[in-house]
Amino acid sequence: MISKNNKLTALALPVAAACALLTGCATQTAPLYQWDGYQPQVYEYFKGQKGAAEQIAALEASREKTLAQNKALPPGFRAHLGMLYASVGKGAEARQQLTEEKERFPESSAYMDFLLSKLQ
Amino acid sequence: MTFLISRKLVAVVSVLLMLSACASHSPSQTDHAAFRSNKPRSVLVLPPLNDTNDVNATYGMLSQMTMPLAEGGYYVVPVAEMEETFRRNGLTTANDIQNVAPEKLRSIFGADAALYTKITDYGSSYRVIANRTVVAAQAKLVDLRSGDLLWSGSATANGSEVGGDFSVGSGLVGALVQNAVKHVVNVTTDKAWSVAGLTSQRLLATGGTNGMLYGPRSPKYDSN
Repeated sequence: MISKNNKLTALALPVAAACALLTGCATQTAPLYQWDGYQPQVYEYFKGQKGAAEQIAALEASREKTLAQNKALPPGFRAHLGMLYASVGKGAEARQQLTEEKERFPESSAYMDFLLSKLQ
Repeated sequence: MTFLISRKLVAVVSVLLMLSACASHSPSQTDHAAFRSNKPRSVLVLPPLNDTNDVNATYGMLSQMTMPLAEGGYYVVPVAEMEETFRRNGLTTANDIQNVAPEKLRSIFGADAALYTKITDYGSSYRVIANRTVVAAQAKLVDLRSGDLLWSGSATANGSEVGGDFSVGSGLVGALVQNAVKHVVNVTTDKAWSVAGLTSQRLLATGGTNGMLYGPRSPKYDSN
């Protein structure tokens, strides 16, 4: 009887441990956004070694890929692309990106309005 | 008999696994009361103060801090545009920027909270042991509406950890997420930037005992 109980315990614990490992902690959830483009390009911007046109091309390529995969662009992506467009005199493209940032993330409204007001 | 013993051994190992597998809990627990009552939705990540000799530290760290906060459920004010806005207003150093009045920050950027960061270690230039790249930082989150301190913490990471799975808060940051970064940046020439990514993930982890709470855009917001 004791031996039987021990056997049950011996079986139950590994099963419980496996369940805890699989569900209890360290669960990896799917990312909310696609990250391969935005942060590296922000870093490029700060380093200042590449021109705006090259940075725009990299972000546009990343945007196309992200949307084709039905994934979401991170907060700030569109605003950053928009301001790069503004820096090369493409006002319409800049306006479109800043407006999209505002639509996707209403929390950005105040700052996007501020940036849009400077785009003349 | 050997079969029984081996099963007992499995049982013992299982218990040890259960006790050690989860992220260890720190004895002191952060008080999240102010965080809970202020309910910030958006974060302004101010340029970090640089207490190191490496001039790349501020921008290296700043460009890595959006991801953990956004994945934690917050809107993060675009950092490059923020920096440009400060520059146009004559503010060019992290020190000057971190001294701007909270009301002023709120009126321009519309953010609910601001993150004040200080980098205490960055890179490997003055290390005695070769190839040891370390990035360490401390930060505090302050509500721009109430002025309340919502959270504070510190974290460190080193070069030998880049590329593996590691635990932050209540989640696991996999090699998959890190690979996204590795593809774009040459890690052999700019290892500190990759390490800054890990430090940021740890520093700004959401959901742990001492971490930040989840933001409204996280599916785990209700578990706060």
